[in-house]
Amino acid sequence: MPTLLALDASTSACSCALWRDGHVISRYRDAPRQHTQLLMPMVDDVLAEAGVGLSDLDALAYGRGPGSFTGLRIAAGTAQGLAFALECPLIGVSTLEALALAAHRRLHARYVVAAMDARMDEIYAAAYRCHDGTLEPLVEEAVLIPERLRLPAAFHDVDWVGIGSGWTLRERMPVEVQSALGQCLSEPQPAAEDMVRLAAQAWEAGERPAADEAVPVYLRNEVAWKRA
Amino acid sequence: MRVLGIETSCDETGVAIYDTERGLIADALHSQMAMHAEFGGVVPELASRDHTRKLLPLIRQVLGDAELRGDQLDAIAYTAGPGLVGALMVGASTAHGLARAWDIPVLGVHHMEGHLLAPMLEDTPPDFPFVALLVSGGHTQLVEVHGLGCYRLLGESVDDAAGEAFDKAAKMLDLPYPGGPQVAKLAEHGDPKRFRFPRPMTDRPGLDFSFSGLKTHTLTTARKLQEAGPLSDQDRADIARAFEEAVVDTLVIKCRRALDATGLKRLVVAGGVSANYRLRERLDHETAKRQAQAFYPRGRFCTDNGAMIAYVGAQRLLAGERDDATMQATPRWPLATLTPPAA
Repeated sequence: MPTLLALDASTSACSCALWRDGHVISRYRDAPRQHTQLLMPMVDDVLAEAGVGLSDLDALAYGRGPGSFTGLRIAAGTAQGLAFALECPLIGVSTLEALALAAHRRLHARYVVAAMDARMDEIYAAAYRCHDGTLEPLVEEAVLIPERLRLPAAFHDVDWVGIGSGWTLRERMPVEVQSALGQCLSEPQPAAEDMVRLAAQAWEAGERPAADEAVPVYLRNEVAWKRA
Repeated sequence: MRVLGIETSCDETGVAIYDTERGLIADALHSQMAMHAEFGGVVPELASRDHTRKLLPLIRQVLGDAELRGDQLDAIAYTAGPGLVGALMVGASTAHGLARAWDIPVLGVHHMEGHLLAPMLEDTPPDFPFVALLVSGGHTQLVEVHGLGCYRLLGESVDDAAGEAFDKAAKMLDLPYPGGPQVAKLAEHGDPKRFRFPRPMTDRPGLDFSFSGLKTHTLTTARKLQEAGPLSDQDRADIARAFEEAVVDTLVIKCRRALDATGLKRLVVAGGVSANYRLRERLDHETAKRQAQAFYPRGRFCTDNGAMIAYVGAQRLLAGERDDATMQATPRWPLATLTPPAA
């Protein structure tokens, strides 16, 4: 089994987690704009508790988005620097998948819609079917206005669980989405403890991306307008 | 001491390795100019995204060029400000990740201190003390320099930076972004006698600059000609020439005053606009006249680069200065607040 370290700074929360022999040691703090101070000490903390050195790591992982653009790059940069210097792979993990896994682990949810507040009146969202700790995407990740959120037609009569800050905009979502929802948790933010588990699955599936190839997934790509 | 330098403060990704024994041993640069040209200026979010894509490949490239392994580096320096905060974060976080894994010191340095000391990378570097003119798209400053971290601001632009004025004049003349070098090129064919533009803030004492009025004057001149029909190529060249003469003349007058005021005999000129040929010609002439000497970085180190960051970082790291575990990104950071290295 591999030894993996995951970092995340995709939201106002900052987190770090170590996977070793199937056990997870993690740190998490909701601390807006303090990621540049907190991230590296968290790494040191987690490694110290596990009695693991950086050279023992088989791979790094990071929250690759969607999320705060600058936060994604702080986690990407730190993880890229570590992985490049350690000459080990760097696995990018979806923040929406991390949320879905959290709902699955905590509430044993089978059908999960993860949604994050994307500001500018939009949300980042995706839907998953979860089974035994693994996720199968049913609706691909997208950035959209809450009014346009749809659940897959084939799964209308199942009990859905909503998770993530995007659900603070629940009132604006279509009635059929709202009525399909059993539980809804708008508090949780993506966390490295879920990412490191997803990274372990990717590792087992043989994924070994190089640190150079790590590119955050922003979803929102209309960030500038060309001169007319 | 071998230091890896990382620059990501604006629209260039720069990486270099400076060795305190052997000097500069490798440097590489990726310019985003073409990407931003479509938008007529730097788009901060696109700049940051591009740094994330390009930084590791450039680090791999300089290590290859230097025939070094990463673990043969002794320290890392990165630009901590001033600059675009998102762009700065890319360099800061990557530098901290690398330094933690290689278990070497890391230090965030001041971008303008890098420019200021870029001429130290040349074969005949200036001795301290000297007067420095920093002229770029973001800054126009005159600084009295007595040593590393001993800077006294003599004067600065109260509005646009000189490079910014060049870029805006270029837009008015329908030249592509970034316009500075394009204006200079067009000015070569211009008649210096046809227009005379004002030399802002030279009619009163002081070492501050103002370039926004010059921009307005350029626009008014172009509009007046356009009343009689579209601008000819000669019109545009003549305007470019008058504009360049006015900027250069203003910079020269203020440099002369700064040398008078300080009694110093050495003038360092750095930043993107220091690549301007006409400015160099005039300053060489001016300094020669008074038995002084002007120093410039080589062409590619006038604009943003990793070499100047590696150099400045090395000086401070040698003195024992280093970051703690916090990644530094300071978008606004006045040069005069710097101090000599604190061990």
